[in-house]
Amino acid sequence: MIKNISNLGDAALYCDFGQEVNKETNTKVIRYFKSIQKKNIIGVNNLTPSYNKLIVSFDLKKNNFKSLKKEIENLDILNSETLSSEKIVIPVCCDEDFSLDIKRLEEKLKIDREIVYEKFFTKDFFCYMTGFIAGMPFLGDLDKAMRVKRLETPRVKVPKGSVGLTEQFANIYTFESPGGWNIIGNTPKDIFDSSKEIKPNLINPGDIITFKRISKDQYQNYNE
Amino acid sequence: MNKNYFEVIRAGINTTFQDLGRKNLNHIGIPFSGAMDNRNYLIANKLAGNELNFPVIEFAYQGPLLKYCGNKINIAITGDVNFILKKNKDKINGNCYQSLTLEDGDEIDIISTNKSVYGYLAISGKLDVKFQWLSCSTNTKANIGANNGRKLESNQKIYISKINENLNNKKLNYINTKIENIRVIKGTNFDYFSKEGKDIFFKKEFIVSKLSDRMGMRLEGTKIDNIVNTNIKSEGLIKGVIQVPADGNPIIMLSDHGTIGGYPKIGTVISADYDKLVQLTPGSKIKFKEVDLASAETLFKLYDLENQNLISQIL
Repeated sequence: MIKNISNLGDAALYCDFGQEVNKETNTKVIRYFKSIQKKNIIGVNNLTPSYNKLIVSFDLKKNNFKSLKKEIENLDILNSETLSSEKIVIPVCCDEDFSLDIKRLEEKLKIDREIVYEKFFTKDFFCYMTGFIAGMPFLGDLDKAMRVKRLETPRVKVPKGSVGLTEQFANIYTFESPGGWNIIGNTPKDIFDSSKEIKPNLINPGDIITFKRISKDQYQNYNE
Repeated sequence: MNKNYFEVIRAGINTTFQDLGRKNLNHIGIPFSGAMDNRNYLIANKLAGNELNFPVIEFAYQGPLLKYCGNKINIAITGDVNFILKKNKDKINGNCYQSLTLEDGDEIDIISTNKSVYGYLAISGKLDVKFQWLSCSTNTKANIGANNGRKLESNQKIYISKINENLNNKKLNYINTKIENIRVIKGTNFDYFSKEGKDIFFKKEFIVSKLSDRMGMRLEGTKIDNIVNTNIKSEGLIKGVIQVPADGNPIIMLSDHGTIGGYPKIGTVISADYDKLVQLTPGSKIKFKEVDLASAETLFKLYDLENQNLISQIL
Protein backbone atom coordinates (compact mmCIF):
# COMPACT_ATOMS: atom_id res chain seq x y z
CA MET A 1 0.00 0.00 0.00
CA ILE A 2 2.98 2.31 0.54
CA LYS A 3 4.05 3.52 -2.90
CA ASN A 4 7.60 4.35 -1.91
CA ILE A 5 9.79 4.50 1.18
CA SER A 6 12.75 6.87 1.11
CA ASN A 7 14.96 8.37 3.81
CA LEU A 8 14.30 11.77 5.35
CA GLY A 9 17.72 12.62 6.68
CA ASP A 10 19.55 9.78 8.41
CA ALA A 11 17.06 8.97 11.16
CA ALA A 12 13.61 8.82 9.55
CA LEU A 13 11.63 6.91 6.93
CA TYR A 14 9.45 8.90 4.54
CA CYS A 15 6.55 6.66 3.53
CA ASP A 16 4.71 7.99 0.50
CA PHE A 17 1.12 6.83 -0.11
CA GLY A 18 0.61 8.86 -3.29
CA GLN A 19 -0.25 12.40 -4.27
CA GLU A 20 -3.99 12.38 -3.63
CA VAL A 21 -5.54 13.93 -0.56
CA ASN A 22 -8.67 11.93 0.14
CA LYS A 23 -10.20 9.77 2.82
CA GLU A 24 -9.19 6.54 1.15
CA THR A 25 -5.47 7.39 1.00
CA ASN A 26 -5.52 8.89 4.47
CA THR A 27 -7.20 5.78 5.89
CA LYS A 28 -4.25 3.74 4.58
CA VAL A 29 -1.85 6.14 6.31
CA ILE A 30 -3.75 5.84 9.58
CA ARG A 31 -3.87 2.04 9.38
CA TYR A 32 -0.09 1.89 8.92
CA PHE A 33 0.38 4.41 11.71
CA LYS A 34 -1.70 2.36 14.14
CA SER A 35 -0.15 -0.94 13.10
CA ILE A 36 3.41 0.39 13.58
CA GLN A 37 2.39 1.99 16.88
CA LYS A 38 1.18 -1.39 18.17
CA LYS A 39 4.33 -3.17 17.02
CA ASN A 40 6.77 -1.35 19.35
CA ILE A 41 9.62 -1.62 16.85
CA ILE A 42 13.10 -1.17 18.33
CA GLY A 43 14.33 2.41 18.14
CA VAL A 44 11.16 3.94 16.65
CA ASN A 45 10.62 7.15 18.61
CA ASN A 46 8.06 9.12 16.62
CA LEU A 47 5.38 8.60 14.00
CA THR A 48 3.99 11.55 12.07
CA PRO A 49 1.02 10.70 9.86
CA SER A 50 -0.40 13.33 7.50
CA TYR A 51 -2.84 13.37 4.55
CA ASN A 52 -0.84 11.02 2.35
CA LYS A 53 2.54 10.55 4.03
CA LEU A 54 3.84 8.87 7.15
CA ILE A 55 7.17 9.73 8.71
CA VAL A 56 8.75 7.12 10.97
CA SER A 57 11.53 8.57 13.11
CA PHE A 58 14.02 6.38 14.90
CA ASP A 59 16.98 6.50 17.24
CA LEU A 60 20.08 6.07 15.11
CA LYS A 61 21.82 4.36 18.01
CA LYS A 62 19.26 1.57 17.95
CA ASN A 63 18.18 1.06 14.35
CA ASN A 64 18.98 2.17 10.80
CA PHE A 65 17.17 3.07 7.60
CA LYS A 66 17.85 -0.15 5.72
CA SER A 67 16.68 -2.61 8.32
CA LEU A 68 13.71 -0.50 9.44
CA LYS A 69 12.59 -0.10 5.82
CA LYS A 70 12.60 -3.86 5.43
CA GLU A 71 10.62 -4.29 8.63
CA ILE A 72 7.98 -1.76 7.60
CA GLU A 73 7.69 -3.28 4.12
CA ASN A 74 7.07 -6.71 5.60
CA LEU A 75 4.74 -5.51 8.31
CA ASP A 76 1.36 -7.20 8.49
CA ILE A 77 -1.32 -4.60 8.16
CA LEU A 78 -4.14 -6.77 9.41
CA ASN A 79 -7.41 -6.45 7.58
CA SER A 80 -9.13 -6.70 10.92
CA GLU A 81 -7.18 -3.63 12.00
CA THR A 82 -10.26 -1.46 12.07
CA LEU A 83 -9.92 2.16 12.95
CA SER A 84 -11.43 2.95 16.27
CA SER A 85 -13.10 6.18 15.25
CA GLU A 86 -15.26 8.32 17.47
CA LYS A 87 -18.10 10.65 16.63
CA ILE A 88 -17.59 14.00 18.31
CA VAL A 89 -19.79 17.09 18.37
CA ILE A 90 -18.03 20.44 18.78
CA PRO A 91 -20.10 23.45 19.90
CA VAL A 92 -19.23 26.62 17.97
CA CYS A 93 -20.43 30.16 18.51
CA CYS A 94 -20.55 32.42 15.45
CA ASP A 95 -21.24 35.68 17.23
CA GLU A 96 -19.57 38.59 15.45
CA ASP A 97 -16.85 38.69 18.15
CA PHE A 98 -15.82 35.19 17.07
CA SER A 99 -16.71 34.89 13.38
CA LEU A 100 -13.75 37.06 12.44
CA ASP A 101 -13.72 36.37 8.71
CA ILE A 102 -17.42 35.90 7.93
CA LYS A 103 -17.48 39.01 5.72
CA ARG A 104 -14.51 37.77 3.75
CA LEU A 105 -16.14 34.34 3.40
CA GLU A 106 -19.37 35.94 2.12
CA GLU A 107 -17.42 37.99 -0.42
CA LYS A 108 -15.11 35.24 -1.63
CA LEU A 109 -17.78 32.54 -1.77
CA LYS A 110 -20.47 34.92 -3.03
CA ILE A 111 -23.06 33.42 -0.73
CA ASP A 112 -25.00 34.85 2.19
CA ARG A 113 -23.58 34.25 5.66
CA GLU A 114 -26.52 32.17 6.80
CA ILE A 115 -25.90 29.79 3.90
CA VAL A 116 -22.19 29.67 4.80
CA TYR A 117 -23.16 28.68 8.35
CA GLU A 118 -25.76 26.20 7.20
CA LYS A 119 -23.32 24.43 4.90
CA PHE A 120 -20.72 24.32 7.65
CA PHE A 121 -23.01 23.06 10.42
CA THR A 122 -24.69 20.33 8.38
CA LYS A 123 -21.42 18.72 7.29
CA ASP A 124 -19.78 15.58 8.69
CA PHE A 125 -16.02 16.10 8.86
CA PHE A 126 -13.30 13.45 8.85
CA CYS A 127 -10.12 14.02 10.88
CA TYR A 128 -7.12 13.52 8.58
CA MET A 129 -4.38 14.37 11.05
CA THR A 130 -3.50 16.36 14.15
CA GLY A 131 -0.51 18.57 14.68
CA PHE A 132 1.38 21.69 13.69
CA ILE A 133 0.51 22.91 17.19
CA ALA A 134 -0.43 20.44 19.91
CA GLY A 135 -3.82 18.86 19.29
CA MET A 136 -4.83 20.90 16.22
CA PRO A 137 -7.12 18.73 14.06
CA PHE A 138 -7.17 18.96 10.24
CA LEU A 139 -10.73 18.16 9.16
CA GLY A 140 -12.21 17.61 5.71
CA ASP A 141 -13.76 17.92 3.28
CA LEU A 142 -15.65 21.13 2.77
CA ASP A 143 -18.02 21.32 -0.22
CA LYS A 144 -16.50 22.85 -3.35
CA ALA A 145 -18.74 25.90 -2.86
CA MET A 146 -17.11 26.55 0.54
CA ARG A 147 -13.45 26.57 -0.44
CA VAL A 148 -11.36 29.71 0.04
CA LYS A 149 -7.65 30.39 0.22
CA ARG A 150 -5.72 31.47 3.29
CA LEU A 151 -5.68 35.13 4.29
CA GLU A 152 -3.16 37.11 2.22
CA THR A 153 -1.61 38.36 5.44
CA PRO A 154 -1.82 35.83 8.27
CA ARG A 155 -2.92 37.02 11.73
CA VAL A 156 -0.15 37.35 14.28
CA LYS A 157 -2.53 35.99 16.91
CA VAL A 158 -5.50 33.76 16.24
CA PRO A 159 -7.51 33.37 19.49
CA LYS A 160 -7.61 29.97 21.18
CA GLY A 161 -10.68 27.95 20.19
CA SER A 162 -11.00 29.60 16.77
CA VAL A 163 -12.41 27.40 14.02
CA GLY A 164 -10.79 28.13 10.67
CA LEU A 165 -11.41 27.21 7.03
CA THR A 166 -8.92 26.92 4.17
CA GLU A 167 -9.48 25.13 0.88
CA GLN A 168 -11.17 21.78 1.61
CA PHE A 169 -10.24 21.80 5.30
CA ALA A 170 -11.39 23.07 8.69
CA ASN A 171 -9.20 23.26 11.79
CA ILE A 172 -9.40 24.33 15.42
CA TYR A 173 -6.73 26.49 17.06
CA THR A 174 -5.95 24.68 20.32
CA PHE A 175 -3.73 27.55 21.47
CA GLU A 176 -3.43 31.20 20.61
CA SER A 177 -1.12 31.04 17.61
CA PRO A 178 -0.18 32.87 14.43
CA GLY A 179 -2.25 31.65 11.50
CA GLY A 180 -3.87 32.42 8.18
CA TRP A 181 -7.09 30.40 8.15
CA ASN A 182 -10.50 32.07 7.68
CA ILE A 183 -12.11 32.14 11.11
CA ILE A 184 -15.79 31.21 11.13
CA GLY A 185 -16.39 30.87 14.88
CA ASN A 186 -15.03 29.80 18.25
CA THR A 187 -15.54 26.77 20.46
CA PRO A 188 -15.57 26.91 24.27
CA LYS A 189 -14.62 23.22 24.40
CA ASP A 190 -11.06 22.20 25.31
CA ILE A 191 -9.65 20.40 22.28
CA PHE A 192 -6.25 19.80 23.86
CA ASP A 193 -5.65 19.26 27.56
CA SER A 194 -2.00 18.72 28.48
CA SER A 195 -2.93 17.71 32.03
CA LYS A 196 -4.29 14.47 30.60
CA GLU A 197 -1.32 12.27 29.83
CA ILE A 198 -3.45 9.44 28.47
CA LYS A 199 -5.67 11.24 26.00
CA PRO A 200 -4.77 14.91 25.74
CA ASN A 201 -6.37 15.18 22.29
CA LEU A 202 -10.12 15.33 22.03
CA ILE A 203 -9.96 14.63 18.29
CA ASN A 204 -7.79 11.95 16.69
CA PRO A 205 -7.14 10.89 13.09
CA GLY A 206 -10.09 8.90 11.75
CA ASP A 207 -12.68 10.54 14.01
CA ILE A 208 -15.91 11.98 12.60
CA ILE A 209 -16.67 15.54 13.67
CA THR A 210 -19.79 17.65 13.44
CA PHE A 211 -20.14 21.23 14.60
CA LYS A 212 -23.17 22.43 16.53
CA ARG A 213 -24.07 26.10 16.53
CA ILE A 214 -24.52 27.68 19.96
CA SER A 215 -25.53 31.17 21.08
CA LYS A 216 -23.23 33.61 22.81
CA ASP A 217 -25.13 32.94 26.02
CA GLN A 218 -24.53 29.20 25.72
CA TYR A 219 -20.88 29.93 24.90
CA GLN A 220 -20.38 32.04 28.00
CA ASN A 221 -22.13 29.56 30.27
CA TYR A 222 -20.46 26.56 28.70
CA ASN A 223 -19.57 23.83 31.15
CA GLU A 224 -17.69 20.71 29.99
CA MET B 1 11.11 19.63 52.33
CA ASN B 2 12.72 21.73 49.63
CA LYS B 3 14.88 23.74 51.95
CA ASN B 4 17.46 23.90 49.17
CA TYR B 5 16.71 26.23 46.31
CA PHE B 6 17.91 28.92 43.94
CA GLU B 7 16.39 32.36 43.96
CA VAL B 8 16.17 33.68 40.41
CA ILE B 9 17.47 37.26 40.59
CA ARG B 10 17.66 37.58 36.81
CA ALA B 11 16.04 34.98 34.57
CA GLY B 12 18.14 35.42 31.43
CA ILE B 13 16.88 35.55 27.87
CA ASN B 14 15.53 32.05 27.35
CA THR B 15 16.15 29.83 30.34
CA THR B 16 14.27 26.52 30.47
CA PHE B 17 14.46 23.08 32.06
CA GLN B 18 15.48 20.35 29.65
CA ASP B 19 16.33 16.68 29.48
CA LEU B 20 16.35 14.19 26.59
CA GLY B 21 12.86 15.25 25.49
CA ARG B 22 9.63 13.31 24.98
CA LYS B 23 9.06 10.58 22.45
CA ASN B 24 6.16 9.32 20.35
CA LEU B 25 3.92 12.40 20.52
CA ASN B 26 4.61 14.00 17.14
CA HIS B 27 1.29 12.63 15.86
CA ILE B 28 -0.63 14.82 18.29
CA GLY B 29 1.49 17.88 17.60
CA ILE B 30 4.08 17.63 20.37
CA PRO B 31 7.72 17.59 19.18
CA PHE B 32 10.70 16.07 21.03
CA SER B 33 11.98 19.28 22.60
CA GLY B 34 14.87 18.37 24.93
CA ALA B 35 18.32 19.92 25.29
CA MET B 36 19.38 21.58 22.03
CA ASP B 37 23.06 20.61 22.33
CA ASN B 38 22.89 16.99 23.41
CA ARG B 39 26.62 16.55 23.97
CA ASN B 40 26.94 19.48 26.36
CA TYR B 41 23.79 18.32 28.15
CA LEU B 42 25.22 14.84 28.75
CA ILE B 43 28.59 16.18 29.89
CA ALA B 44 26.92 18.58 32.37
CA ASN B 45 25.08 15.70 34.03
CA LYS B 46 28.18 13.52 34.16
CA LEU B 47 30.26 16.33 35.70
CA ALA B 48 27.55 16.80 38.31
CA GLY B 49 27.69 13.10 39.18
CA ASN B 50 24.15 12.51 37.88
CA GLU B 51 22.49 9.93 35.70
CA LEU B 52 22.86 11.16 32.12
CA ASN B 53 19.12 11.78 31.64
CA PHE B 54 18.55 14.14 34.59
CA PRO B 55 16.85 17.55 34.17
CA VAL B 56 19.23 20.50 33.75
CA ILE B 57 18.86 24.23 33.25
CA GLU B 58 19.41 25.37 29.65
CA PHE B 59 20.10 29.01 28.89
CA ALA B 60 20.69 31.00 25.72
CA TYR B 61 22.91 34.07 25.16
CA GLN B 62 22.58 35.76 28.55
CA GLY B 63 21.93 33.21 31.29
CA PRO B 64 20.38 33.60 34.73
CA LEU B 65 21.72 35.16 37.93
CA LEU B 66 20.94 32.70 40.71
CA LYS B 67 21.35 32.97 44.47
CA TYR B 68 21.75 29.66 46.24
CA CYS B 69 20.10 28.92 49.59
CA GLY B 70 20.73 25.59 51.29
CA ASN B 71 23.24 22.87 52.11
CA LYS B 72 26.48 22.50 50.16
CA ILE B 73 25.89 21.37 46.60
CA ASN B 74 27.99 20.70 43.50
CA ILE B 75 27.10 22.20 40.15
CA ALA B 76 28.64 22.08 36.67
CA ILE B 77 28.33 24.40 33.70
CA THR B 78 29.03 23.33 30.12
CA GLY B 79 29.20 25.13 26.80
CA ASP B 80 31.17 28.22 25.85
CA VAL B 81 30.04 30.16 28.91
CA ASN B 82 31.35 33.21 30.73
CA PHE B 83 30.18 33.10 34.34
CA ILE B 84 31.12 34.41 37.77
CA LEU B 85 30.84 32.79 41.18
CA LYS B 86 30.10 35.35 43.90
CA LYS B 87 31.20 34.08 47.30
CA ASN B 88 30.78 36.58 50.15
CA LYS B 89 32.43 39.62 48.58
CA ASP B 90 34.72 37.71 46.24
CA LYS B 91 34.05 37.41 42.55
CA ILE B 92 35.64 34.35 41.03
CA ASN B 93 35.74 33.74 37.26
CA GLY B 94 34.09 30.39 36.63
CA ASN B 95 35.44 27.56 34.54
CA CYS B 96 33.24 25.40 32.39
CA TYR B 97 33.69 21.64 32.34
CA GLN B 98 34.59 21.36 36.01
CA SER B 99 32.24 21.00 38.93
CA LEU B 100 32.29 23.50 41.77
CA THR B 101 30.74 23.58 45.21
CA LEU B 102 28.14 26.16 46.20
CA GLU B 103 27.40 27.18 49.78
CA ASP B 104 24.46 29.01 51.27
CA GLY B 105 24.37 32.59 49.98
CA ASP B 106 26.64 32.04 46.95
CA GLU B 107 25.58 33.50 43.63
CA ILE B 108 26.13 32.23 40.10
CA ASP B 109 26.03 34.94 37.45
CA ILE B 110 25.89 33.51 33.95
CA ILE B 111 26.88 36.50 31.91
CA SER B 112 27.04 35.19 28.38
CA THR B 113 27.38 32.17 26.12
CA ASN B 114 30.10 34.10 24.27
CA LYS B 115 30.15 33.15 20.59
CA SER B 116 27.69 30.28 21.00
CA VAL B 117 23.98 30.07 21.79
CA TYR B 118 23.23 27.42 24.43
CA GLY B 119 24.82 26.50 27.75
CA TYR B 120 23.86 24.08 30.53
CA LEU B 121 23.84 24.14 34.30
CA ALA B 122 23.48 20.83 36.10
CA ILE B 123 23.14 20.52 39.86
CA SER B 124 24.44 17.43 41.59
CA GLY B 125 21.13 15.89 42.61
CA LYS B 126 17.56 16.37 41.50
CA LEU B 127 15.70 19.50 40.51
CA ASP B 128 12.12 19.51 41.74
CA VAL B 129 10.42 19.83 38.36
CA LYS B 130 7.23 18.56 36.80
CA PHE B 131 7.45 15.71 34.30
CA GLN B 132 4.94 15.33 31.49
CA TRP B 133 5.08 12.27 29.29
CA LEU B 134 8.24 11.15 31.12
CA SER B 135 10.13 14.37 30.35
CA CYS B 136 10.61 17.68 32.14
CA SER B 137 11.52 19.51 28.94
CA THR B 138 9.82 22.88 28.83
CA ASN B 139 7.91 23.45 25.59
CA THR B 140 6.89 27.09 25.81
CA LYS B 141 4.72 26.88 22.70
CA ALA B 142 2.34 24.24 24.12
CA ASN B 143 3.02 25.15 27.77
CA ILE B 144 4.14 21.63 28.51
CA GLY B 145 6.76 20.42 30.98
CA ALA B 146 8.62 21.98 33.90
CA ASN B 147 7.75 25.45 35.21
CA ASN B 148 4.23 25.09 33.76
CA GLY B 149 5.72 25.10 30.30
CA ARG B 150 7.10 28.60 30.64
CA LYS B 151 10.58 29.99 30.56
CA LEU B 152 12.17 31.02 33.84
CA GLU B 153 11.12 34.38 35.29
CA SER B 154 12.85 36.71 37.69
CA ASN B 155 11.90 36.41 41.37
CA GLN B 156 10.81 32.82 41.15
CA LYS B 157 12.55 29.95 42.91
CA ILE B 158 14.07 26.73 41.58
CA TYR B 159 13.63 24.01 44.17
CA ILE B 160 15.97 21.10 44.64
CA SER B 161 14.40 17.88 45.87
CA LYS B 162 17.58 15.89 46.47
CA ILE B 163 21.25 16.78 46.90
CA ASN B 164 24.02 14.36 46.07
CA GLU B 165 26.17 14.41 49.21
CA ASN B 166 29.31 13.30 47.44
CA LEU B 167 31.11 16.60 46.87
CA ASN B 168 34.10 15.23 44.96
CA ASN B 169 34.84 17.58 42.11
CA LYS B 170 35.02 16.37 38.52
CA LYS B 171 36.71 17.83 35.48
CA LEU B 172 36.97 17.35 31.73
CA ASN B 173 39.44 18.81 29.26
CA TYR B 174 37.20 19.90 26.45
CA ILE B 175 36.93 22.86 24.13
CA ASN B 176 33.89 23.49 21.97
CA THR B 177 34.76 23.86 18.33
CA LYS B 178 32.68 25.95 15.99
CA ILE B 179 31.92 24.78 12.47
CA GLU B 180 30.58 26.58 9.44
CA ASN B 181 30.11 23.55 7.23
CA ILE B 182 26.91 21.73 8.01
CA ARG B 183 26.41 18.40 6.29
CA VAL B 184 23.02 17.57 4.84
CA ILE B 185 21.23 14.79 2.99
CA LYS B 186 19.16 15.89 0.00
CA GLY B 187 15.49 16.39 0.84
CA THR B 188 12.35 14.76 -0.50
CA ASN B 189 11.53 17.87 -2.59
CA PHE B 190 15.08 18.58 -3.79
CA ASP B 191 13.90 18.62 -7.41
CA TYR B 192 11.40 21.41 -6.72
CA PHE B 193 14.33 23.81 -7.05
CA SER B 194 16.02 25.14 -10.16
CA LYS B 195 19.52 24.06 -11.20
CA GLU B 196 20.79 27.46 -10.02
CA GLY B 197 18.83 27.13 -6.77
CA LYS B 198 20.43 23.77 -6.01
CA ASP B 199 23.87 25.22 -6.76
CA ILE B 200 23.22 28.15 -4.47
CA PHE B 201 22.16 25.79 -1.70
CA PHE B 202 25.38 23.79 -1.78
CA LYS B 203 27.87 26.44 -2.86
CA LYS B 204 26.90 29.80 -1.38
CA GLU B 205 27.13 30.99 2.19
CA PHE B 206 24.03 31.71 4.26
CA ILE B 207 23.78 33.91 7.33
CA VAL B 208 21.92 32.84 10.47
CA SER B 209 19.06 35.32 11.03
CA LYS B 210 18.08 36.94 14.32
CA LEU B 211 14.69 35.26 13.94
CA SER B 212 16.04 31.97 15.26
CA ASP B 213 14.99 30.20 18.42
CA ARG B 214 14.37 26.71 19.82
CA MET B 215 11.73 26.15 17.13
CA GLY B 216 13.72 26.98 14.08
CA MET B 217 16.73 28.66 12.53
CA ARG B 218 16.05 31.09 9.71
CA LEU B 219 18.75 31.75 7.16
CA GLU B 220 19.37 34.61 4.79
CA GLY B 221 21.24 34.50 1.54
CA THR B 222 20.78 34.27 -2.20
CA LYS B 223 17.18 33.34 -2.94
CA ILE B 224 16.67 29.68 -3.83
CA ASP B 225 14.36 29.53 -6.81
CA ASN B 226 11.47 27.07 -6.78
CA ILE B 227 10.34 25.83 -10.22
CA VAL B 228 7.56 23.42 -9.21
CA ASN B 229 5.41 24.66 -6.33
CA THR B 230 6.20 26.78 -3.29
CA ASN B 231 3.74 24.73 -1.23
CA ILE B 232 3.33 21.00 -0.72
CA LYS B 233 0.43 19.18 0.92
CA SER B 234 1.13 19.58 4.63
CA GLU B 235 3.15 16.67 5.96
CA GLY B 236 5.27 15.70 8.96
CA LEU B 237 8.40 17.51 10.04
CA ILE B 238 11.35 16.35 12.09
CA LYS B 239 14.25 18.27 13.56
CA GLY B 240 16.98 19.10 11.08
CA VAL B 241 14.62 19.37 8.09
CA ILE B 242 15.39 22.39 5.90
CA GLN B 243 12.27 23.91 4.33
CA VAL B 244 12.33 26.64 1.71
CA PRO B 245 9.18 28.81 1.63
CA ALA B 246 8.20 31.10 -1.24
CA ASP B 247 10.67 33.84 -0.24
CA GLY B 248 13.54 31.48 -1.08
CA ASN B 249 15.24 31.66 2.33
CA PRO B 250 15.80 28.31 4.10
CA ILE B 251 14.40 27.55 7.56
CA ILE B 252 15.88 24.69 9.60
CA MET B 253 13.53 22.90 12.00
CA LEU B 254 14.96 22.72 15.53
CA SER B 255 13.90 20.80 18.66
CA ASP B 256 10.60 22.65 19.39
CA HIS B 257 9.48 22.67 15.72
CA GLY B 258 5.86 22.55 14.54
CA THR B 259 5.11 18.91 13.73
CA ILE B 260 3.47 19.57 10.35
CA GLY B 261 4.50 21.92 7.59
CA GLY B 262 3.69 22.73 4.00
CA TYR B 263 6.91 24.05 2.51
CA PRO B 264 9.18 21.99 0.22
CA LYS B 265 12.03 20.15 1.94
CA ILE B 266 15.38 20.82 0.25
CA GLY B 267 17.46 18.83 2.72
CA THR B 268 17.96 17.49 6.23
CA VAL B 269 20.90 18.21 8.52
CA ILE B 270 22.65 14.98 9.52
CA SER B 271 22.29 13.87 13.14
CA ALA B 272 26.05 14.12 13.76
CA ASP B 273 26.05 17.88 13.03
CA TYR B 274 22.94 18.92 14.98
CA ASP B 275 24.73 19.94 18.21
CA LYS B 276 27.11 22.17 16.28
CA LEU B 277 24.34 23.65 14.14
CA VAL B 278 22.26 24.90 17.08
CA GLN B 279 25.27 26.72 18.53
CA LEU B 280 25.60 29.04 15.51
CA THR B 281 24.73 32.57 16.60
CA PRO B 282 22.76 35.08 14.51
CA GLY B 283 25.14 36.61 11.99
CA SER B 284 27.22 33.42 11.67
CA LYS B 285 28.05 32.05 8.27
CA ILE B 286 26.80 28.62 7.34
CA LYS B 287 27.58 26.46 4.32
CA PHE B 288 25.87 23.22 3.38
CA LYS B 289 27.77 20.19 2.18
CA GLU B 290 26.04 17.19 0.67
CA VAL B 291 26.65 13.72 2.09
CA ASP B 292 24.93 10.42 1.36
CA LEU B 293 23.06 8.28 3.86
CA ALA B 294 25.90 5.80 4.40
CA SER B 295 28.36 8.59 5.25
CA ALA B 296 25.82 10.23 7.57
CA GLU B 297 25.41 6.95 9.43
CA THR B 298 29.17 6.54 9.81
CA LEU B 299 29.54 10.14 10.96
CA PHE B 300 26.87 9.56 13.57
CA LYS B 301 28.70 6.50 14.88
CA LEU B 302 31.85 8.62 15.24
CA TYR B 303 29.89 11.39 16.95
CA ASP B 304 28.36 8.92 19.38
CA LEU B 305 31.71 7.27 20.08
CA GLU B 306 33.21 10.65 20.88
CA ASN B 307 30.33 11.32 23.28
CA GLN B 308 30.98 8.04 25.03
CA ASN B 309 34.69 8.72 25.09
CA LEU B 310 34.20 12.16 26.66
CA ILE B 311 31.77 10.80 29.23
CA SER B 312 34.17 7.99 30.15
CA GLN B 313 36.96 10.51 30.79
CA ILE B 314 34.95 12.03 33.63
CA LEU B 315 35.66 9.98 36.73
